[in-house]
Amino acid sequence: MTLVQKSAGISIQDLHLSFGSTKVLTGVNLEIKAGEFFAFLGPSGSGKSTLLRAIAGFGPRPKGKILVGDRDLAGLPPWERNVGMVFQSYALWPHMSVRKNVAFGLVEKKVPSNQINEKVEAALSLVGLLDYAERMPSQLSGGQQQRVALARTIVVEPDVLLLDEPLSNLDASLRVQMRRELLALQRKLGLTTIFVTHDQEEANTTADRMAVLDQGVVQQIGSPQMLYDHPENLFVARFLGTANILEGEITKADGGAQIELVTGEKIAIESSVFGDGNLVLRPQNIAVRQDPSASALTGKIVHREFLGAQVRYLVDVANTQMVVDQSHALDQPVLEVGAEVGLDINKKSGVFLPKKEVQHAA
Amino acid sequence: MTHQSAGAAPARRRLTDVLFPKLSGTVLAAIFIATLLFGFLILPVAKVIYVAFVDPQTGGLTLQNFGDFFSSSLFRESFYNSFYVSAMSVVLASVFALPLAYITSRFEFSGSMLIQSLGFIPLIMPPFVGAIAMQLLFGRNGTFNLLLGNLGINIPFMEGLNGVILVQSVHYFPFILINLSASLRNIDRSMEESAQNLGAHGLRLFRRVVFPLAAPGYLAGASLVFIKVFDDLGTPLLLNVNNMLAPQAYLRISSIGISDPMGYVISFILVAFSVFSLWASFLLMRGKDYATTQKGGGGLSRRKLSTKENIFAYGVVILILLMVLSPHIALALLAFGTIWSYSPLPDGYTLENFSTMFAQSGVYIKNTLVYAGLAALIDVVLATAIAYIVLRTKIIGRQWLDYMATAALAVPGVVLGIGYLRTFNDFDVPLVGKPLASWWVIIMVALTIRRLPYALRACTAALQQVSISLEEAAESLGADRSSTIRKIVVPLMSGGILAGFVTSFATAAVELSATIMLVSTDQDAPLAYGIYLFMQSPSGRGAGAALGIFAVIIVAAGTLLAQYIIDRDRKHRTGER
Repeated sequence: MTLVQKSAGISIQDLHLSFGSTKVLTGVNLEIKAGEFFAFLGPSGSGKSTLLRAIAGFGPRPKGKILVGDRDLAGLPPWERNVGMVFQSYALWPHMSVRKNVAFGLVEKKVPSNQINEKVEAALSLVGLLDYAERMPSQLSGGQQQRVALARTIVVEPDVLLLDEPLSNLDASLRVQMRRELLALQRKLGLTTIFVTHDQEEANTTADRMAVLDQGVVQQIGSPQMLYDHPENLFVARFLGTANILEGEITKADGGAQIELVTGEKIAIESSVFGDGNLVLRPQNIAVRQDPSASALTGKIVHREFLGAQVRYLVDVANTQMVVDQSHALDQPVLEVGAEVGLDINKKSGVFLPKKEVQHAA
Repeated sequence: MTHQSAGAAPARRRLTDVLFPKLSGTVLAAIFIATLLFGFLILPVAKVIYVAFVDPQTGGLTLQNFGDFFSSSLFRESFYNSFYVSAMSVVLASVFALPLAYITSRFEFSGSMLIQSLGFIPLIMPPFVGAIAMQLLFGRNGTFNLLLGNLGINIPFMEGLNGVILVQSVHYFPFILINLSASLRNIDRSMEESAQNLGAHGLRLFRRVVFPLAAPGYLAGASLVFIKVFDDLGTPLLLNVNNMLAPQAYLRISSIGISDPMGYVISFILVAFSVFSLWASFLLMRGKDYATTQKGGGGLSRRKLSTKENIFAYGVVILILLMVLSPHIALALLAFGTIWSYSPLPDGYTLENFSTMFAQSGVYIKNTLVYAGLAALIDVVLATAIAYIVLRTKIIGRQWLDYMATAALAVPGVVLGIGYLRTFNDFDVPLVGKPLASWWVIIMVALTIRRLPYALRACTAALQQVSISLEEAAESLGADRSSTIRKIVVPLMSGGILAGFVTSFATAAVELSATIMLVSTDQDAPLAYGIYLFMQSPSGRGAGAALGIFAVIIVAAGTLLAQYIIDRDRKHRTGER
């Protein structure tokens, strides 16, 4: 027997879903490649779990298409989809031993019993729990229960694997370990996987690509780095990492461009886009100067957090608070709250999000 | 030198602490409750068991009484009949309860409310009240057989043991319904969804996942039904089925006297059987606490029914509800009817039975309100205290309070009654001038002890839901233990305490087994006993039925009110969250 999966891509086309009169998902379009580790990332209530459950066939019936390979799942009951799902609560049946839990899906598929045993043991050794086959779920730790749930799902060799907040019930140290194991297992099996999480670190560290959702709408799709560096809207900019959002107008200036903030300051930047909009600046792309005279922006430190590798300052600039991270080293002085400082902005590091139609440089 | 004296003083203080420990309020309460339970539960039952092993002539220990018991064919037959009736009642009660629980928990069925409100109604009527009325509907010359008689058919619904089985299962099936529905509701949706995800659906899903998870609830209900039926005295007595254990015990004691050893032997068997079935159900359910609801979960997912399925479901539900409500329907006909004999329905309708009833039974009603009200009040006070002591203190042996109080479940009313008669007959109450065994207070005490386990379950469950951090928060803000209990614990438990009060009150108001043994004069008799007296004569049946209707209304009104308060309480609390 093999646990190597035939893997299939997923295509979600114009998916709409409502609970009664409440719209939960609006116009979702997604292409997930075969063998990809894909994350749905969003705050609670963003519709990410609902979307996952719709792929598995739970919840109200959506409008639109859900293709796995070239099979349209819309309208099929859950038990005919061959889509594996690991539940947030693991949902191990407490009246069955680990072995019976894992064998469940094979029994339903009417796999001959000699093969069932073989497959169950292969799946259990894959997650390192072969010795625990005769235990009851209540005798296992949270991490072990999670592995059993995983084994129970992959043993039926589903076309895709859905993980609903798989790490949220584990404690912090186990979470890091489990996410590495999950990724290793996924790579080994080559199984197309969707991972739902509200934790950007989890998504960043595991996903090949991810979709950020908010209010039932896909905000942006891309690799973690791409979404962080090039957010397409303010929600994505704010949701992934910390962002300073400066509102203003970009105009041409001598030898380049500058932004004139609504508060009046002018900052030189590089931009090929002009007009009204918001400049997104990451805290680590701003430098604090003890001497404010040469800087475009000046302000006063109102708060300081020492984070070890860096020091985070909250700087009040004309009544706008800006977050600035300075990497910390032994020879680097830590500035005091109340100090007047200058802020230098790395010209190339800002991302400009225009408000209206984009005016490209001629 | 100063060192020495400074060292000696604490040592001396410690010594006095050992000799005269400062007893905290909870320890005093625990000692008081333990004494109470010992005096009114353990001692009388131990006495009964002891007497079963004593030779009435010589006073020495012997097994001869048991030899006598099993050599009598009447007793052997009674033993077999009690067992048979209990088992068949479980089967029939399951037939009523399973479809109702399944339909309400698995489907979006508009009749669920109907089942939830009507399904528990049988419990608020003493089964023996329904017994007479059921005979008029299903007996040899009852409505159904008279109608079927035209077709030449006669079904012996009520003949002998059949009658007891039918009446008992109609009365007790809610125990299975309630327990099974609760455990079905406690199954987290993900349990079912993960099975669907792995390819299971329909009946297979139910058989492999849903039912096994609900089985502990079913078994809990079924074993309760078994014990209740095994121990019940009133129903067989009224249906004139005397060849069962409980009626035999009653008849031996009431006709031959409290020195006849057979009553004690039967009592011992009843207790042993009750303990055995409680123990067996405990073994079956050990380690199978399958409450799987997770945060954000919420019961089984419900499927919509097609029109055809809906009609079918309604058909099944209405048929079962008609069956289980038939005692009430018959009771109403009896109460409002003039003469009802050898005819499908009463000859005419009247309110006369009610005026007769009110003229004659004011004292029964008053007694019932006093006995059941006091018993339920004492029950919730004791139950709250026991729950608190068991869950929140470290008093040594605290678990035994719980065990002792719960042990009352395994003590049939007849046995407790016999035990009180035997133990307290020689104990004269000062100023009252009669033995404790024939003073009205003993009836109230019997009800208190018998219903304590119900109140205790409700209060324990309520206290378990109060997070200990809520108490710690109060304590850290300067509240001492007693004001924490008063201001935090009891208010948060109020829903459960109220539920405990109502359950205890409602079941105490209609209890007959122990009271029938303990009522010494009609002036002290509660309502259930009054109904029993009325029902003895055919002419009194109308008034007896009217009194039965009255009992049902009181208890139903109380239950509805309590339900309303509990719901409001719950909404209030979840609204705040």
